[in-house]
Amino acid sequence: MKTVNVSICTGTACHLMGGAHLLTFDEMLDPVTAGHVTLTGSHCLGLCGDEKNGKAPFARVNDRIISDATLNKLLRAVREEIGLESD
Amino acid sequence: MFHDNKANRLRKEILARVARAFFADQPADTINRIPISMRLKGARNASRCCIYKDRAVLKYRTMAALGYSVENETDELKPISAYFENALRRTEAADPVLTVIDVACSACVTTQYSATNACKGCLARSCETVCPKKAIEFREGKAWLNPEKCVNCGLCMKACPYHAIIHIPIPCEEACPVGAITKDPETGRELIDRTKCTYCGKCLRECPFAAITDLSQMIDVLKALQSRHAVAMIAPSVAGQLPGTLPQLITALKTIGFSDVVEVAAGADQTALHESAEWLERTTGGEAFMTTSCCPAYIETVEKHLPELKPYVSDTPTPMAYTAANVRKKDPEAITVFIGPCIAKRVEARKNPDVDFVLTFEELGAMLVGAEVDVLECEAASFSAEPSREGRGFAASRGVTKAVEAALPDCRRLMKPVQVDGIDRKSLLRMKQWSSGTCPGNFVEVMSCEGGCIAGPGTIGNPRIALKELARLCDESPTMTDRRTDEPVSI
Repeated sequence: MKTVNVSICTGTACHLMGGAHLLTFDEMLDPVTAGHVTLTGSHCLGLCGDEKNGKAPFARVNDRIISDATLNKLLRAVREEIGLESD
Repeated sequence: MFHDNKANRLRKEILARVARAFFADQPADTINRIPISMRLKGARNASRCCIYKDRAVLKYRTMAALGYSVENETDELKPISAYFENALRRTEAADPVLTVIDVACSACVTTQYSATNACKGCLARSCETVCPKKAIEFREGKAWLNPEKCVNCGLCMKACPYHAIIHIPIPCEEACPVGAITKDPETGRELIDRTKCTYCGKCLRECPFAAITDLSQMIDVLKALQSRHAVAMIAPSVAGQLPGTLPQLITALKTIGFSDVVEVAAGADQTALHESAEWLERTTGGEAFMTTSCCPAYIETVEKHLPELKPYVSDTPTPMAYTAANVRKKDPEAITVFIGPCIAKRVEARKNPDVDFVLTFEELGAMLVGAEVDVLECEAASFSAEPSREGRGFAASRGVTKAVEAALPDCRRLMKPVQVDGIDRKSLLRMKQWSSGTCPGNFVEVMSCEGGCIAGPGTIGNPRIALKELARLCDESPTMTDRRTDEPVSI
């Protein structure tokens, strides 16, 4: 089974800008999707220093960087990684 | 979800940018550029008519983050840096006030009911029949509500079998439990009546345009930190608000310049002991009930809207008051800074000479971002003060009740606790009647925010996670009865 690593940046900037709420991501998953996902908090990913990376909060879904992350953006990215949704 | 949306993020982004500017090499230039860097030329991210209006609104938001409201503007050409310099020079923080950024207010429509094109123009025309004001007219066979005549009774909405008439709320007015927000009939924008406002912060959280703001004291605190004499007093609701552990946060606070960090939960222990003794004295003396006094938005509510309840409010000082008094006793010169989830605490602090400044967790987070301090990278500080689990528990609804119960183990059977978990219009009506002898219990815990302080308007954390973190922290703490040294209270 395909696993998707979701890590939420818990650097102070990301946490302040909404990262704190992204840590509830696992609560919104249906049992099938949840089986694929490993959710972790991560030390500062170092992305907030450069505005080119976009806005905090940042998260990583496997190798993708999600900026201005929301629960729904994470869900979409996860489903794409699993192959349940395509672009 | 009101805790995390774009309006809320925008407010925090402004605070973080102002804090970054404070620490920048060229603060004045950096701060003047905030509106421009948030809406770059050519960017297609305007949320209003154009980036120029957005920038004007952002300027006013920045002013609020510096502690000035739009009403303070006398000269539109005055750059933000001039306000910044004024803020650095002032000796006292701005008066606590909630204010509407008038250009940001979308002036939500006054007619709260509207017929949609789901209207079939039916034969029954129940809407027209029930309307007491003849406000329903038919245009091209479909219902139309004449705003001149409509009195917002809602009968037409209930009558329509097609659900074609909808209710359009005005979010800030709906959120306000005390009717302090009304429309200026001239402009359609909202005005806050200071004689009614209880500073609960519900409007600020609910306005989808982030047009309501409080005046930040962040700059005042950043300046005070340079004296190396500022003491941080962190509220019990700190659990789950910032990344890392409490000992790591203490190091972070010391890194940005606080000389000492104390937990307000220790003051909460004192409140619980005093409050339980007061309750016993009052109820054995024949009083029907007593309410808590630690929630400042509730105190403002009593002052302005429930004067009949005043005799029933406990006289016990709040955890913040005890904590600040302790800090001052140790060091009369200390600059005391309460850090918590609450806007109304600014009003309480204004009345208490022991408290100099009040920061929200949002403001603290912004300051840490500005100073580039990552809490998770901080070493754990060794700290000795250990409040009891009950003192820490003050942060969540039912917490104060549990603490008072724990302080009176012999009287538990006599205590009939009642909760007011969140002040809204309904609970306000309920409380109004209690003074006539209908209070169903004899100890009333009132929290303005549903869920307690951990769900306050100045929080960063998710209340569900915060509640879990708080429970964990409480479990690690000794119980009050283990720690008590004073005489037990007996009947």
